[in-house]
This record gives sequence, structure tokens and C-alpha cells, in this order.
Amino acid sequence: MSTLNIVNKSPFEKRSLDQCLSRIGSDDAVLLIEDAVVVAMAGTRYESDLKSAAAAKKLYVLTPDVEARGLADKPVVEGFTQVDYKGFVALVTEHDRVHSWL
Amino acid sequence: MKFSILVNEGPYQHQASDSAYQFAKAALESGHEVQRVFFYHDGVNNGTNLTTPPQDDRHIQKRWSEMAESNKVDLVLCVAACQRRGIVDEGERDRNKKDATNVADGFRISGLGQLIEAAIESDRLVTFGD
Repeated sequence: MSTLNIVNKSPFEKRSLDQCLSRIGSDDAVLLIEDAVVVAMAGTRYESDLKSAAAAKKLYVLTPDVEARGLADKPVVEGFTQVDYKGFVALVTEHDRVHSWL
Repeated sequence: MKFSILVNEGPYQHQASDSAYQFAKAALESGHEVQRVFFYHDGVNNGTNLTTPPQDDRHIQKRWSEMAESNKVDLVLCVAACQRRGIVDEGERDRNKKDATNVADGFRISGLGQLIEAAIESDRLVTFGD
């Protein structure tokens, strides 16, 4: 049983990403949407945490929200897979449960 | 697969209702069914037909109404959240002695039981909020 965890806030604003990463199972996945996408960009102080998380878990970032924030040409942290909304839908179908960390 | 969606935030205030709409649209385009969208808390403001955004902006309420009509998506507004925020259908108008209604096409007012039912009957329930 795997869970898709959706995080929508930047860790510079709220602690939901930290709380999510420290609690989820090893076969769970994390999808960053809305303001959370900023942390998928290389060079923030969360990069090393995310790289170690990516070694054990699948990490995804929603490309339309990256583009909406003018970050499309920025390098993404190694280990992230970029998805569009259809990819988001596919991730929801591929996991047994979905949890939004609001 | 059968999806339901929970929207907890109002339009033009937070990205939640835009994200929820884009998700629902992609689900339908991928051949899935969107059984119900349940609007809770400030989310009920998605369902007022008094909304008049500028012409060059997206019309969030109309977008939902069109999706409901062309894809048989059930758009449900939480009754208690509607009463607090002045979202009124004929039944609520008569019951609470108001002089107007403003529930948009494709939307209907009902209770939290509809959210529980959606969670039980759908394969996945996806929540969008703050």
C-alpha cells in the first residue's frame, strides 16, 4: 500500500514539507504543487535533504506550477521527476491513497 | 477510475480552485470519471453566479458549470458553509426568508454526507486547499 503525498506550501513559509518527509513510508511518493515547487529548484538550503529523500522515495514536481512562477529555465534538484496535470492524475491512480498536507 | 475532489478555498484568493479544476480537466481528458466535486468552507464561493471577473481573466464559476454540463460532474456546495457566506438556492431562500438566489448552473447545495458518500464511492478523493 503506497501513498501519494501532495505538498503545496514552500518550506520557507510552512513546515508541511518537513513534516511530510519525516513521517512517510519508504515506498511513498511526494508531489510538490503550487508554492511548494520552489523547493525543487537546485541551490536552496533544502537541496541536500531532498537529495537524500530522493534516494529512498519518488519525488515529483508539477511543471505548470514551476512555469507559472517563472522557474522553467532553472535546474531542478537531482532525483525529481517533472509531471504535467495528466501526470498528476496518473500518479493518483498509481498509488493506493492520496494525502494532501494542508 | 472514479475520482472525487474536495475544494476548501475560494476563487481568486488561493490557487486551490484553479489546481482542482486543472486536475479534474486532466482526469476527464485521460478517460477517467469525475463523480463529484465537493466545495467546503470558502470553497462554496466557487458556486455563486454573481461572479463577474474582468473579460481577460478566467471565469472560475463558469468553468465549473461548463464542466458539470458537458461531463455530468456533480458540483456540491456545503449547506452550512453556504448559509454563512450568502450562497442561496430556492430552498434556502424560502427557509431563511431571503429575497434572492445565486447558486450557479450545475451546482447544488447539500450536506457533508455527500462528501462522505463521494469518499466511499470513488476510487480516489483528492483534496485541494490552503
